[in-house]
Amino acid sequence: MKRKQQCGKRRERIFSDICLIPSIIGVMIFFIVPFGIVIYYSMINNAIMKDFVGLENYSKLMENSAFLEAAKNTSIFSLTAVPLSVVLSMGLAMLLERNIPGKSIFRTFFLSPLMVPSASVVLVWQVLFHNHGTINQITEFFGGQGTDWMNSGKGQVVIVMMFLWKNLGYNMILFMSALCSIPKDIIEVADLEGAGRIWKFLHIKLRYLSPTILFVLILSLINSFKVFREVYLLTGDHPLAKLYMLQHFMNNTFNSFDYQKLSAAAVLFALVMIVIIAVLLIAENIFGKDVEN
Amino acid sequence: MRSPKISRKTAKYALWAFIFASALLFLLPTVLTIANSFMTSGEISANYGALFGKMTDDKKVFISENVNLKFIPDKVTFDQYKAVLITNSDYLMKFWNSVILTVPITVFQLAVAILTSYGFARYPGKIKSIIFFAYIILMIMPYQVTLVPNFLVADKFGILNTRAAVILPAVFSPFSIFLLTKVMKRIPISYVEAAKLDGAGELQILTKIYLPLCKSAIISVAMLVFIDYWNMVEQPLVLMNDQDYHPLSVFLSQINTGDIGLAFAVGTVYMVPTILMFLYGEDYLVEGIATSGGIKG
Repeated sequence: MKRKQQCGKRRERIFSDICLIPSIIGVMIFFIVPFGIVIYYSMINNAIMKDFVGLENYSKLMENSAFLEAAKNTSIFSLTAVPLSVVLSMGLAMLLERNIPGKSIFRTFFLSPLMVPSASVVLVWQVLFHNHGTINQITEFFGGQGTDWMNSGKGQVVIVMMFLWKNLGYNMILFMSALCSIPKDIIEVADLEGAGRIWKFLHIKLRYLSPTILFVLILSLINSFKVFREVYLLTGDHPLAKLYMLQHFMNNTFNSFDYQKLSAAAVLFALVMIVIIAVLLIAENIFGKDVEN
Repeated sequence: MRSPKISRKTAKYALWAFIFASALLFLLPTVLTIANSFMTSGEISANYGALFGKMTDDKKVFISENVNLKFIPDKVTFDQYKAVLITNSDYLMKFWNSVILTVPITVFQLAVAILTSYGFARYPGKIKSIIFFAYIILMIMPYQVTLVPNFLVADKFGILNTRAAVILPAVFSPFSIFLLTKVMKRIPISYVEAAKLDGAGELQILTKIYLPLCKSAIISVAMLVFIDYWNMVEQPLVLMNDQDYHPLSVFLSQINTGDIGLAFAVGTVYMVPTILMFLYGEDYLVEGIATSGGIKG
């Protein structure tokens, strides 16, 4: 009897393994094997001679000022936009958690940017942030000094705003559902014992929200690399230095057929990402278990 | 002494006003795009001329210096729509290009993702979690990293400059697997046990238990995948040289002086499918996002 059950279990296990096969084959063909080729490309001198040069392309890359600028800008952008999106969407979720009139309409409004193709609204962004555009007109109306948003260091502010506009709604829903799942009795006990709002937030809510925070961090990180599309739509191939992102660098290197430089950049980027994601996942495991118990 | 009751009430109104204002800000760009699509091309040139310029020699010459944000057109006209939808068949062709790229990608990516997520969620193990980790790494790679591999593969298979070059890699993109696996892992094992007692096989467990329980998550992921690829600019540019295959999103990204009057109308037409989807599927979307969150159980 016992043996038969194990037998059945093995068959079921095999079915679930088989389910993975189409995807693994596809990922192998379209991502893993070609990525192996990319690693190989990053270590040869050029596509015709194919001489092995070790890490020479990498050391050249590290001296490339465009790459360094792009890496710096991308890190600055991600380090600002990702935490901001976590904090703001959590704040929004907490505001909307109260029973305010029109709650579901507000939710729809906040979620709407998710559904709008960025290509469609990019014109409006241009109108808003143009040197003689709406935002400057408003500032000047109130006696302030306008800034040339897209052609100065302020460009990064615009990109961060666009990123937040696009992603806050989604993250807000994640936080709202997490807030809902905090056991009511724990909050009630804390209330009975006279706990203050801040204490409750720090000791109860934040603990229960921590897995969601990590999830939102991962998602926001992914989305922060997608912002290139908006930057590209706004400014084209060669924006000002401050807006020159890693993706611009890779795009332009791709277009100039410098595959060795591009491959080295892609491999470096992948390595950095692996480290970041590993840290986030380990953190998720630790915090996730903490709440489950 | 101030009365605590009144100040609490004012605080509540202030809070509501704040939320209302920020919610409006989120809706604003969409509303503006739609409102401006009803302007005459003369009005658009006059108001937004500074955004569109011609490159002459090495300087960009703009139609005008002014930018004037307008909510309400002076004269409502459907001329732009007539031009986009009837007079010039180019835009409809490109719209169709978008459809035949995005729909297969969404359908097949979801089909692969449902199978794969089931595989990951049903019997988790050490090897599977390593593979899953690899998928997350892949997922987070920006297109520019995966574009080179995609380009190499397309070249090798001789599908460069065909739609397959864009569709095939997208079908195996791991984003939806990441979200769906999270949802499927939270289906209580007791449901599965009960179905097994009733004599259900593995395939039935997938179709009769996992699929219905993940319905809203699947729909919401499908919406997210659709909108993501509806928007794509880089992949068609790199993988398909022939402009005739390019989707409307690529055209919108390169809109120039000649089409200035049409810009907002084309943008609005391009929003129609996603807005319709949103109106009909918002509840699924919200429910689906909510179940994909980090909290277990």
